[in-house]
This record gives sequence, C-alpha cells and structure tokens, in this order.
Amino acid sequence: MAMRLYLAVGCGAAIGSLARFLSGYVIVSQLGLNALYSTAFVNVVGSWIIMAFATLTGPDGRLMVGPASRNFVMAGFCGGLTTFSAMSLDTFILLFEGDLPLAATYLISVVGLSLAAAWLGYLMVSRFNRLPKGSQANG
Amino acid sequence: MTLAACALVLIGGFLGGISRFFLSGVVGRGIGETFPWGTLLVNVSGALAIGAFAGAARIHGGIFASDLFRDLIVVGLFGGYTTVSSFCLQTLNLALDGEGRLAAFNIVASSVLCVLFVALGFWAVLWMAG
Repeated sequence: MAMRLYLAVGCGAAIGSLARFLSGYVIVSQLGLNALYSTAFVNVVGSWIIMAFATLTGPDGRLMVGPASRNFVMAGFCGGLTTFSAMSLDTFILLFEGDLPLAATYLISVVGLSLAAAWLGYLMVSRFNRLPKGSQANG
Repeated sequence: MTLAACALVLIGGFLGGISRFFLSGVVGRGIGETFPWGTLLVNVSGALAIGAFAGAARIHGGIFASDLFRDLIVVGLFGGYTTVSSFCLQTLNLALDGEGRLAAFNIVASSVLCVLFVALGFWAVLWMAG
C-alpha cells in the first residue's frame, strides 16, 4: 500500500518535472523570454492545480478518488511541476549580480502570484462543488 | 532539447518527488502536521544543495557545469524535490483554519530561508575551495 503511494508520487513528479522542463524550453527557447518567466509560470499553474484538485476531491468535493490518485496529482505532478529551488537560485543570482530591486520584486511576485492562483483555484472549485447536482450534464 | 535530456529529467524528478514525500511524511508524523515543517525542511535543504552545486559549477566547472548534471540533478532531482504547490496549499489551509499568523510566518520563513540557504551553500563551497 505504502509502496503504491510512493510509486504514484514518483511517477507524478517525473511527469510534472518533464512538463516543467518542456514548458521552460517553449518559454525560453521558442518564445525568447527570460528564464525567470518559466519558473514563475510553472509555480503559478501548479499552485492553481493543487488547490483546485484538493478542493474537487476533498470532503465536500464532487470527485471521489483514492489516496494513490490524489497523491499522484498533488504531491506528484504538482510537486514536480513547481520548484522552490529554481526560484530561490534565480533570486540569489539576481542578488549576486547586485540587482536587489529585481530580486525582491521577482521573489515577492512569484510567491504572491502562486498564493493568489491557489486561492483562485479554491474559490472556483468551491463554487463548482456547490452547484446543484442536476445542473451538471452527466450529473 | 533531446530525448536523453527528457529521460534524465524524468529519472531525477521521480527520485526527487519520492524523497520529498518520504521526508515530509517522516517530519509530519514525528512532530505533527499543524505547521508544515516537512515542506519547509524539504525546500530549505533543496535550496542549500542547489546553492552548493551552483558554487561547484562556478569553481570547478567540469561535471557540475555539464548539461547532464543540470538536467538530472538541478532540473530533475532538486526541481522535483522542492515544491511551491504544497507550500501554497498548506499556507492557504492554515489561513482557512484561522491560523493567519502561522500562514504569514510560513510565507516569510520559506521565502527568506530558501534564498539564505542558497547563499549559504554557494559561499560554503567557495570557502572550502579557498
């Protein structure tokens, strides 16, 4: 049972990490944006998904899933997609280069936007959970 | 962007995710889950390691500055190990439970300590190299 949970988290984290790597490739190499944007992007998106999914599959949620599926998405995929280490390293490099204003702006924006995205995910799905069952196409 | 790079990220991410799940579980069971100490420890230790590797890449170059090392260890292992999503989830849950002070403490402690520990890892490696 524990083995199954670990495997679910590991596979989810592998896929999430690959998604982070590929989105970084698109944002930096294809769109030509600074790498700071790719770290911000995955952190904001992953924070929305984890809170939306937690609310959807929580006690008042509409979707019932087992612990392995829940951990595959939350601790696995979202954990792998988001990264605190790259964000901290980016901030440190900006400080090291002497750009304190940009370092502070970057760290505060990414942490703030990630928290706001998580809050939005919670609000959107809570609203969806409260809709009358009959209004759903496949209720 | 090669298939080999993607495979390295997958392997690193797999191991990083499992390590995070294990460590945050051990800490949570050990000292309770009211405050997310486990995630904080994961993110701070990941920051220390990434700082040390950035220092090693700067001083020694070689393997530490290679694409293989970056994809497997920096992007895969420590990218997959550390997490912003669990940090947000746990911070919001604290706030929703009326623990606004703990939520604020978690935000400030995580942000400040992680940058501080990147610096610590980086300078420790530079200092050891003389």
